[in-house]
Amino acid sequence: MSIWEYANPVKFLRASGVVLPWIVAGAAICTVGGLVWGFLTPEDYRQGSTVKIVFLHVPAALMAINAWLMMLVASLIWLIRRHHVSALAAKAAAPVGAVMTLIALITGAIWGQPMWGTWWEWDPRLTSFLVLFLFYLGYMALWEAIEDPDSAADLTGLLCLVGSVFALLSRYAVNFWNQGLHQGASLSVAPGERMSAVYRYPLYVSMLGFFLLFLALVLIRTRTEIRRRRLAALLARENRA
Amino acid sequence: MKALLLRDLRLAVRAGGGFGLSLVFFLILCTLVPFGVGAEGGQLSRIAPGILWVGALLACLLSLDRIFALDHEDGSLDLLATAPLPLEGAVAIKALAHWLTTGLPLVVFAPLLGVLLHLPTAAYPLLVLSLALGTPALSMLGAFGAAITVGLRRGGLLLSLLVLPLYVPTLIFGAEVVRRGAVGADPTTPLVFLAGITLATLALVPFAAAAALRVNLR
Amino acid sequence: MIELGKYANTVMSAYGISLVLLAAIILQTWRANARARRDLEEHESRG
Repeated sequence: MSIWEYANPVKFLRASGVVLPWIVAGAAICTVGGLVWGFLTPEDYRQGSTVKIVFLHVPAALMAINAWLMMLVASLIWLIRRHHVSALAAKAAAPVGAVMTLIALITGAIWGQPMWGTWWEWDPRLTSFLVLFLFYLGYMALWEAIEDPDSAADLTGLLCLVGSVFALLSRYAVNFWNQGLHQGASLSVAPGERMSAVYRYPLYVSMLGFFLLFLALVLIRTRTEIRRRRLAALLARENRA
Repeated sequence: MKALLLRDLRLAVRAGGGFGLSLVFFLILCTLVPFGVGAEGGQLSRIAPGILWVGALLACLLSLDRIFALDHEDGSLDLLATAPLPLEGAVAIKALAHWLTTGLPLVVFAPLLGVLLHLPTAAYPLLVLSLALGTPALSMLGAFGAAITVGLRRGGLLLSLLVLPLYVPTLIFGAEVVRRGAVGADPTTPLVFLAGITLATLALVPFAAAAALRVNLR
Repeated sequence: MIELGKYANTVMSAYGISLVLLAAIILQTWRANARARRDLEEHESRG
């Protein structure tokens, strides 16, 4: 018994069907719980009530990056071991990751308006998220454009690989290009830099919620893709017969 | 390899090969910018490095789909794939041909357009140097994009969407070199980064592009 | 109702837009999944 057993679409459908209700329930509880808890936190003495945006902004940004990372791993698995489920999971993650990136960008803009006095600043973090969003768009457009599913999986996998390198390069290139307004890591381990516990715990819950939400959405979308693929295969077989 | 390079160059120079079109595009772009932002010299000279780099990048983009599309249509790409020459090498040669017909003329003509945009005198050598270092990466990445979209009917637009985000690091460092040159600062650091990106691109991307071509020829 | 102070609009619009976007992707995922499941079942019961 190894993890590769689940590369079999039937096994994947069965196993994911068993765990999915739990993940959905966990995602609902943690996301709603984290956001409501976060919404009820007291005002920050500097940022006022805008500090509540952090419970959307940080988890969305976190998942925006991790979604791309997951696509990279899934693409590698597809390119090396050629498990179809892996390619479909990468395809399923892209729109979710793109929405997360969009949420991070929009909440950031809304937050930046009163704090920095501008909706948009060409700050390294903001800019690299915009570039990441462009990569998501290109990736999804490429999936849509290619008809043959295996070629589409191969080519998008390659794009994901090359794109990852350049997304990372852009991340550090923009650092060099413009010094930013954005604060450093909100959850840094260094003492004295940490946010107060009042905000930290709801943030953890919210992050867990967004993670589970992402997981649930990707699993469901992968199942959708598997079923679609199966239907297409059945139809093709009938047409030939 | 040499034969392939010569053949590609000859095809590009022949009428209808699109040679020179990207230069004209570059010229038009640099003519249009003052209409958009006003003809005030100080302002123009401040944005000239960025305009010249963005212009070169867009001009490069125009001719990308020709790298593989014509050969794909008439079937010579299939021959290339089965030729003794490794496909990675063929891709690199085709990117080189694209650079010689698009990138190199841009490098040569950019200083003339710099005059139009009031680029500060000190920046001219750096403009040429940064474009010479940066445009090979643009051609190589473009070849990768072209290899991915070669089988698609409406590949042109998609090609731009895929390739432009990949151009971000090159553009940042390239324009930074010229900008530093324009204000008299030391351009060594971005110049080294730019060269590094180009060399890494030239070394690694041919493999990705050749893999994409193999998928498309399957 | 919790007091949001002078940034009420900021906070509410951030939450509003984010929840709308999340709802959109959840709904889209759900409906696509339901349709794929229905189509496949329909086809399998026919054939």
